[in-house]
Amino acid sequence: MTGVVMSEILSLPFMQRALIAGILVSLLAGYYGVFVVQRKLSFLGNGLAHATFGGVALAMLVGMEPLTVALPFTVFASIGITSVRRNTALGSDTVIGIFFAISMALGIVFLALREDYATDAFAYLFGSILAVSNADVWVTLVMVVLSLLTLPIWGRWSYSTFDTELAEVDRVKVARDDYLLSVLIAVTVVVAVKVMGIVLVTAYLVVPAASARLISRTFSMMTITSVAFGIGSTILGLIASYHLDLPSGAMIVLVQSGIFIVCLPFSRG
Amino acid sequence: MSEIAVKVQDLVVKMGEHTALYDINFEVEKSSFLSIVGPNGAGKTTLLKAILGILKPTNGKVHVFEEPAHKAKPGQIGYISQTKQLDRTFPALAIELVSTGLTRRWPWFISKDLKTKALEALKDIGASHLAYKSVGKLSGGELQRVLLARALIGRPELIVLDEPATGIDAVGEADMYLLLERFQKKYGSTVLMITHDLNAVCHLCSHVLILNQKQIGFGPRSEALNDENLRRAFGHVGHHHGMLWQVAPHKCDGCCNE
Repeated sequence: MTGVVMSEILSLPFMQRALIAGILVSLLAGYYGVFVVQRKLSFLGNGLAHATFGGVALAMLVGMEPLTVALPFTVFASIGITSVRRNTALGSDTVIGIFFAISMALGIVFLALREDYATDAFAYLFGSILAVSNADVWVTLVMVVLSLLTLPIWGRWSYSTFDTELAEVDRVKVARDDYLLSVLIAVTVVVAVKVMGIVLVTAYLVVPAASARLISRTFSMMTITSVAFGIGSTILGLIASYHLDLPSGAMIVLVQSGIFIVCLPFSRG
Repeated sequence: MSEIAVKVQDLVVKMGEHTALYDINFEVEKSSFLSIVGPNGAGKTTLLKAILGILKPTNGKVHVFEEPAHKAKPGQIGYISQTKQLDRTFPALAIELVSTGLTRRWPWFISKDLKTKALEALKDIGASHLAYKSVGKLSGGELQRVLLARALIGRPELIVLDEPATGIDAVGEADMYLLLERFQKKYGSTVLMITHDLNAVCHLCSHVLILNQKQIGFGPRSEALNDENLRRAFGHVGHHHGMLWQVAPHKCDGCCNE
């Protein structure tokens, strides 16, 4: 039965693209999500998703390819958040909230300036497997390759996630690593928006990692489990989305939430 | 002439408009045990961060083993931060935390060689049984032991402790000081410790630095730890057999010899 369903789905080019992009994005989000969760930056995904909205709206206003504008827009917002967070006494939630509000306001203004009604913006708000293009798949693949190159940094990111001061004393370049991580998380959010939508993209970064945290005793196991949960929930969510004709992002989040609920009773210290 | 482990010259640290530290000048000889004492907000942790090379002085110089503090090799320093600052929600085993003292990275997995060394470090402080316990489930005293094993695993020349007794009971505290003293004597390391426990100062330290934004007193324990310096730093002196410390009559050596 499953084999028949899969072969049917895989025969459709748009589903092939959605599956490949979804799996690649969930791999990225599961990998970076463990840092987001352990650094208590869950709100960051939301902030960056809304920065993406600002970028997409600007692209629509000037008639450019949305991702080409959303990418630098979101990366700039992410660097801004990290910089203000590091250099002021403001809490992360406050800083992210400010950037969130600015980006959202800019996005609304950009959309309002368009003369025709921006129905295509809905694809970005709620995610659409139909909206995934070949270019999106390639951009995501490049991101995965770049992320593989950062694997040696995982140990440094993890160390400073556990304790910034210990890492600094051991001469880890914490500030530089933080900026790099924030840029990569921003890019991950942008590429995830096509599949998940702006409204739900933060779940990609948070839910698989949080579920993995519940059942993992080590950070490396949490990272591997988070990636596995991310990929599994994407495949199941996209299949459900196709068959039930419901938004892909919402279906993936519901599967992720199901995994989280199943993991809850097995919570470990 | 004795070798100098830490040298602080005309140190000034400002945080915006606020001057956290000024007029700090002292030298710590190798193999000394220095306690840094002062009231809350005196700038003790700020001074420690400058010595660790993670805080840039506004003025002045800090040298560790004749190198500017920020250039000191990480393996030379074993640091024990305050346990209350650590993230207990981070999924980690004690053995992983101990291994970071050698690798200075979080491990994907622990190699056989690293595992042997980490277990040995835990065994040295009588904590082998904690190796595979989750960091989040360790008691304050157990975590302090694990952090001590982590700090000592690379046999550092300089051990720096920031209020190591915070959050642990009296027995755990005594155990920790004993282990620290034993290690210091065995390897001749230099120890810098911030503490509010003046009894520990009396029993462990060769030198004392009394601080309240500026340097109030520095020198061998029996000279620096006196009523006048404590009054200048804290604004008062604890009564004999009182809460703060025991002095009989005005010099620390009195109580230590009791």
